[in-house]
Amino acid sequence: MNLFKLSWKYLTFRPLSTGLNVFLLALGLAIITVLLLMQDQFEKKMNQDAAGIDLVVGAKGSPLQLILAGVYHIDFPTGNIPMDEAQKLSRNRLVKNIIPMALGDNYQGFRIVGTNHDYPGLYEAEMQSGELWAKPFEVVLGAEVAGKSGYVVGDEFLGSHGISVGSHEHDANNFRVVGILERKGNVLDRLILTSVESIWFTHDVEGVAETNDSTGNEEIHPVLNLQDSVATRGFPKTTESRELTTLLIQYRNPMAAIQLPRLINSGTSMQAASPSFEMSRLFELLGVGITLLQGLAIVIIGVSGLGIFIALYNSLKERKYDLAILRAIGASRGQLLLLIFLEGIMLTFMGAILGILLGHTFLSVIISQNEQGVIGTLEPWVFLKKELWIVIYALVVGVLSSIIPAVAAYQTSIAKQLTKA
Amino acid sequence: MLFESKNLKYGHPGQQPLMFPDITLQKGESLLVLGRSGSGKTTLLNLLAGLLHPTTGEVKLDGQNLAAMSGQKLDLFRGKEIGIVFQKPHLLAALNVKENLQMAHFFSKKKGQAVDHLLAELGLAGKAKASVLTLSEGEAQRVSIARALATSPKLILADEPTSSLDDENAYNVIQLLKNQASKIGAALIIVTHDQRVKTQIPNFVEVTGL
Repeated sequence: MNLFKLSWKYLTFRPLSTGLNVFLLALGLAIITVLLLMQDQFEKKMNQDAAGIDLVVGAKGSPLQLILAGVYHIDFPTGNIPMDEAQKLSRNRLVKNIIPMALGDNYQGFRIVGTNHDYPGLYEAEMQSGELWAKPFEVVLGAEVAGKSGYVVGDEFLGSHGISVGSHEHDANNFRVVGILERKGNVLDRLILTSVESIWFTHDVEGVAETNDSTGNEEIHPVLNLQDSVATRGFPKTTESRELTTLLIQYRNPMAAIQLPRLINSGTSMQAASPSFEMSRLFELLGVGITLLQGLAIVIIGVSGLGIFIALYNSLKERKYDLAILRAIGASRGQLLLLIFLEGIMLTFMGAILGILLGHTFLSVIISQNEQGVIGTLEPWVFLKKELWIVIYALVVGVLSSIIPAVAAYQTSIAKQLTKA
Repeated sequence: MLFESKNLKYGHPGQQPLMFPDITLQKGESLLVLGRSGSGKTTLLNLLAGLLHPTTGEVKLDGQNLAAMSGQKLDLFRGKEIGIVFQKPHLLAALNVKENLQMAHFFSKKKGQAVDHLLAELGLAGKAKASVLTLSEGEAQRVSIARALATSPKLILADEPTSSLDDENAYNVIQLLKNQASKIGAALIIVTHDQRVKTQIPNFVEVTGL
């Protein structure tokens, strides 16, 4: 027997009250844990996915939408831009590199991105198997896509029009898997990469019917040659007037950051948006919601602290005899003080551990509900150093809520208690 | 001389100070403290146990003056050398029978008597793991006596141990206290207004409160 065990016995002697308080505290801490994890991983992921992209150019519309669609592949593209205008831009001396992208198709919700080899190069992607595409209709799968679909190199599938599941299929040409990317925990995991030409040809074959096609063209195109190799650098070669969806631009020098966006926004039919600027704007918008949730969590923790205080204080009333008995058999005032503090601390420690586990579980549930979104790439079982602070906060709550009961225990007069009966 | 108290005086706030008769006891001796309700019997018990500090006078157990000790030192000394049997058993409800006795060992930092042996001797061997809430009143009383004996104290104080018991149980409890006290060589002081006890312990002092 020791003080620790005695505290534990008292806690388990009132399982309902103890359990309720632990659970309430855990709930508050779980919310904080989820917020911490999401904030941390979201920002990391957002920065990681936007690394190396200075400017995104696309059709006029919402700049935030352009970034979300072009960099993170979560929103709908703003529309299409003519390729000759994009090519003009690439000749600008402020532009170091330009990656063209044709968006607008999906396979079971995973987006098909027509681009060149610079795009996987931007994320330093490595091949898990196979190699990058070289011919039309050859595709490379992100690790997540490969895992979910079960496709390996050599398999074929049909893409669907649009960027959400359930749209009609492009049944004229099969995509053929030629490579699978190594999992890097970035946006590529959820993408299917192919050449811009593949996207064009897909829509060409289906012809005039798809007039509102995001990357298609209303003209009738000459018969394509599937043996031609596609462009792996720069823009695809074509003699016709074609369209792209977005361009990812890297600046040559800091001067570009000042001149280039203005040049594009006022001098062309396209718009330019900076990922870092738009994302900080987004976080500002989300910030209100996060602050609200944090406030809610703090209120819950406050209530649970109050609950622990009331539980300890009430149990103290019933236990004044017990405390007096403990003094009579040799316990010092200090030991009783410690006994009550231990109870509060053990209670909140359990709450903290449960809260953190609950938070991670919440997150993994959220993730399993959003497999194809950005949230789907978060890791639920990564533990942060900040979570140690959660434990410390909880213990502070435990100490604070046991101060008054502990002092009351300290001051209990044994003689009075024992002779009252 | 194992135990003696001299010139004890204690004043409850706002009341006339109480004077108490001197007590001296040898090893294994028993003494009754008799008196009307409200005469200060329990106050005397608290003074003897070091639960209250006398205004004047001294309480000496084994050569040490309780009245001069305070704080943790007094608590520890009480835990080690004084076993108290209260009017009601006051067992710790969160613990089982055996754990209740182990608490006495833990807080007094003294091993005293082996818990299992003590329980067997008091006819409680089968109840060691039982919750104290399932005990009958007589059993609970015996457990509280066992707790007082667990540290092999030099002084056993009992406060109205028989007040709620029938004749047979009252007899048994006093007999038990007497036997155990003489076995471990402790002095036994029983505070009571129960006249039945007089037949078993003839030695007594009376508290008049004056």
